[in-house]
Amino acid sequence: MSETMILIGGRSSAQGTSVCAGKFGTEYVNVSSTLEMNVEDMARLGLKDNDPVRVRSATGEIVARCKGRAAKDLPSGVLFIAYGPLSSVLMDGDTAGSGMPLSKSIDVQIEPVR
Amino acid sequence: MANTHVIRDATCTFCGCVCDDMHLTVDDDTHKIVKAENACVLGRAWFKEHGIEQRPFALIEGREASTEQAIDAAARILADARFPIIYGLSDTTCEAQRQAVAIADIIGGSVDTTTSVCHGPSGIAFQDVGEATATLGEIRNRADLLIFWGGNPAESHPRLFTRYTVTAKGMYVPNGRKDRTVVLVDVRRTPSAAVADIFLQVKPRRDFEVLWALRALVKGRPVDPTIEQVTGVPLATLEDLAKRMKSCRFGVLLFGMGLTMTRGRHFNSGALLALASDLNEYTHFVAKPVRGHGNVTGADNVVSWQTGFPFGVNLSRGYPRFNPGEFTTVDVLSRGEADAALIIAADPASNFPQPAIEHLRRIPVIVLDPKSTHTSQLAKVAITTASYGISVGGTVYRMDDVPLTLRPALPSPYPSDESVLTGIKDRVRELIGGNRMPAMDRIGAAA
Repeated sequence: MSETMILIGGRSSAQGTSVCAGKFGTEYVNVSSTLEMNVEDMARLGLKDNDPVRVRSATGEIVARCKGRAAKDLPSGVLFIAYGPLSSVLMDGDTAGSGMPLSKSIDVQIEPVR
Repeated sequence: MANTHVIRDATCTFCGCVCDDMHLTVDDDTHKIVKAENACVLGRAWFKEHGIEQRPFALIEGREASTEQAIDAAARILADARFPIIYGLSDTTCEAQRQAVAIADIIGGSVDTTTSVCHGPSGIAFQDVGEATATLGEIRNRADLLIFWGGNPAESHPRLFTRYTVTAKGMYVPNGRKDRTVVLVDVRRTPSAAVADIFLQVKPRRDFEVLWALRALVKGRPVDPTIEQVTGVPLATLEDLAKRMKSCRFGVLLFGMGLTMTRGRHFNSGALLALASDLNEYTHFVAKPVRGHGNVTGADNVVSWQTGFPFGVNLSRGYPRFNPGEFTTVDVLSRGEADAALIIAADPASNFPQPAIEHLRRIPVIVLDPKSTHTSQLAKVAITTASYGISVGGTVYRMDDVPLTLRPALPSPYPSDESVLTGIKDRVRELIGGNRMPAMDRIGAAA
């Protein structure tokens, strides 16, 4: 079972502190491979915290660990991931003549990894 | 007892706040900064993790080399390239940035900064709409209405709230938080919502519609109640916000990449800047982009004062041309156009789209960085440089275009970006014999 959602990349406090220690450190790798998801969406997809989930865009595919966020904080159908090597896999190189790739508005397919 | 010394009023260059009230305690035995008084959580990590590491001075194709050897190898790559690009520059000094622009001029290449994947769309909007602006000092002392739009300063710029905006006490807002109304607009409820009196949760990709509706309401035009179905925000909420905006004494829109990195890009930034301008018919209102890296604003300034344009500049015709989408790095790489890249203090191999990263793997890449990164790992020439602000002095610009002088605390054996870039510039000039002849002149000479 897969669903279409909108992925938003962004900064987080843990990403900011761990990037100072280095991008190959365990903490940065963990932070930048954690996918935040509305808890109700997770329940519908049969997911719980730390479950692997496949995220597929028109450009690429990653597997991230999911982490639930309260429905009032993260709307249904919206995902958040801290910027990093995994989020860049999903970004398209087309900037529509602006120089800016869309990193906060990526259509993705979500699917639990069984 | 450890030997320590204290550097007072040092500057943190982690983010665009560039807080210049750091009191740093340096352990002279371990060559580490062991205490950073006044720093936020990000600043503490920045100072703690940027001690002097044991790294090779340079790597050429993975083999250790001296800085001088690497400068020569880098210069040869750039001198041989036909469409090179210079990119990064937001985490280095203005003095280094001007050397990078000089290299681009000599080699007839493109120079672009991380602005193009940050507030580049806002830079485009500035040219279309203009910017009603203020310094953070004015905002601290005067603003009674703060609207944060598409950003999460609690996690990305923690002291923006405490030093310059939300809780700061100012000349005309002596009671600090009590004298200010704080609004947050975002598609998700972030930790920044905790400081807000009003939180507007907008549907993804609908910021432009909300901003345009606010423009209409500010001008007294009718807005259809179905705006709520489109944007997720009730009309009554927008009417209330428009009323607050018109009746405040000094209002501020501080906007983040939630506007620039989503559908609409520069149209979103332009709508927000136009809203701020509109409001000046009724009160004093300003808008500021919240900038990420410590000297990304300096990069905009330096590239602008040297070429006339802030980013995405090409010099292959012997004069500057600005065209986002054509000369910006993601585009030049994703289309497979660049035949060499000089990357300064940036890591595109970990945060660019895949087509761009794949092209970086195909071309000779030169990297200057204090740390090992995904980009340095694919580079043909990787040069270790000292961290700006910690080991290197110079000038940086705060996000409000105020220049500040760095006060480094920790001596480093590694050279500064400025000295390496100056070496590359001089060597490239020797190899080419002056500035490269512009492309059109070469064609004319051949005919």
